[in-house]
Amino acid sequence: MLRLENISSFIHTSLSNHLSETSVLLLEMTIIALAAITLFALLGLILVLMERKVSAWIQIRLGPNRVGPKGIFQTAADTLKLVLKEGFVPDGADKFLYKLAPFVVMIIAMILLAPIAFAKNFAIWDLNIGVFFITAISSVSVIGILMAGWASNNQYSLLGAMRSGAQIISYEISAGMAILSIVVLTGSLQISDIVASQSNGWWLFKGHIPALIAFVIYIIAVTAETNRAPFDMAEAESELTGGFHTEYAGMRFALFFLAEYINIFIVCAIGATLFLGGWMPFHIGNWEAFNHIMDYIPSSIWFLSKTFFLIFVIMWFRWTFPRLRIDQLLQLEWKYLLPISLFNLLLITLIAIKGWHF
Amino acid sequence: MGSGSLVTLMLAALVFSAGGIAVSKFLTKGSTNLQKGQPYECGVPAAGSAWKQFNVGYYLFALIFLIFEVEMVFMFPWAVAVKQVGMLALIEILLFVFILFLGFLYAHKKGALKWM
Repeated sequence: MLRLENISSFIHTSLSNHLSETSVLLLEMTIIALAAITLFALLGLILVLMERKVSAWIQIRLGPNRVGPKGIFQTAADTLKLVLKEGFVPDGADKFLYKLAPFVVMIIAMILLAPIAFAKNFAIWDLNIGVFFITAISSVSVIGILMAGWASNNQYSLLGAMRSGAQIISYEISAGMAILSIVVLTGSLQISDIVASQSNGWWLFKGHIPALIAFVIYIIAVTAETNRAPFDMAEAESELTGGFHTEYAGMRFALFFLAEYINIFIVCAIGATLFLGGWMPFHIGNWEAFNHIMDYIPSSIWFLSKTFFLIFVIMWFRWTFPRLRIDQLLQLEWKYLLPISLFNLLLITLIAIKGWHF
Repeated sequence: MGSGSLVTLMLAALVFSAGGIAVSKFLTKGSTNLQKGQPYECGVPAAGSAWKQFNVGYYLFALIFLIFEVEMVFMFPWAVAVKQVGMLALIEILLFVFILFLGFLYAHKKGALKWM
């Protein structure tokens, strides 16, 4: 049976048998680049369609249903439309920064894929500071957004970028604290170690109530960090038209749009890895028969289903909560989430030191 | 794969973005008129440039953020070592968080967290 976890070692050994070391390295790099680009394109197509279908389902309407069976080719048609649009630079814009911004956002979204464990023994680079790397790199993406908003020389764009910047940097602290609480429980920053520590149960269940609080804080914080409703102040359609990408059109707009969805995937993948056990199957205590059946499901399917469940939850938020005002949004973070997450982190430290978790 | 994978991913993102923009440029035909390059402002002529003063509140939040972000960077190595150090780690981090929290309370008292 072909499983994702065996593919990387299979490719490596079969290449090493025939070729020299440098050419193997170059070939593997090419394979990784192609795989990453394919993943990007596929994720974009799937997530946009999923977003529209989920919204339609929640609002009891049909959603896209004309292009292809049940509308599954709708996003492909949309992409074609975006490619055929003219991308031009507005007269008053800062041309260099205007053109640079989509690249910054895209490169950061792409680099963030590196430490994610998609299946057992299957990560592009399982580096020993995995979650720290994620926290560090994801905070750079705000520069791309500010760059886009500033360079457009449009008042809507500037306001959208400023709001987005304030929001992303604020909620990053809570997200970081939630990540830290799992690091405290595990004692390692490496993604593979964190997943391995959950072989006898996910941290969401093992860590008692504080882990649950950390999980809820993480979900709230990443919803805000990815500028999703109810925290979509950055591009509140009724106030700021398009937010920081008001002036962007055609392919450059498509890149921002794609990076946004990829970021949702990445934060949900990290959430699934930290709290829901990554690619670990679901086990119940000593119930051997049940555990055996669960083990039979490939690890990549476990990982993807957990990630897509979290993505679904974030899409669900959008149609459940009304949009916040900017001052309410910042108040929620600084007056409630930050003190709670700090206190929660100390609580988890106590639990980890005393060994009160399972 | 080692650190080379990061370079690979960067190049992949560059090729993907630049390729997309190049294909779109190749396929589309541009047209120009007087209004096209104007910044979008719901149909009326734009009221001045966007490059001017903005609310100082954003700046204040960024400043407070800086304190806590640096705190978090300090806490990552601490979090890895907690289990080996034991109770002493908790006491030390309590002191650390307490001092930072005083600063946070000061900022709060001064009204830095209030949106005008």
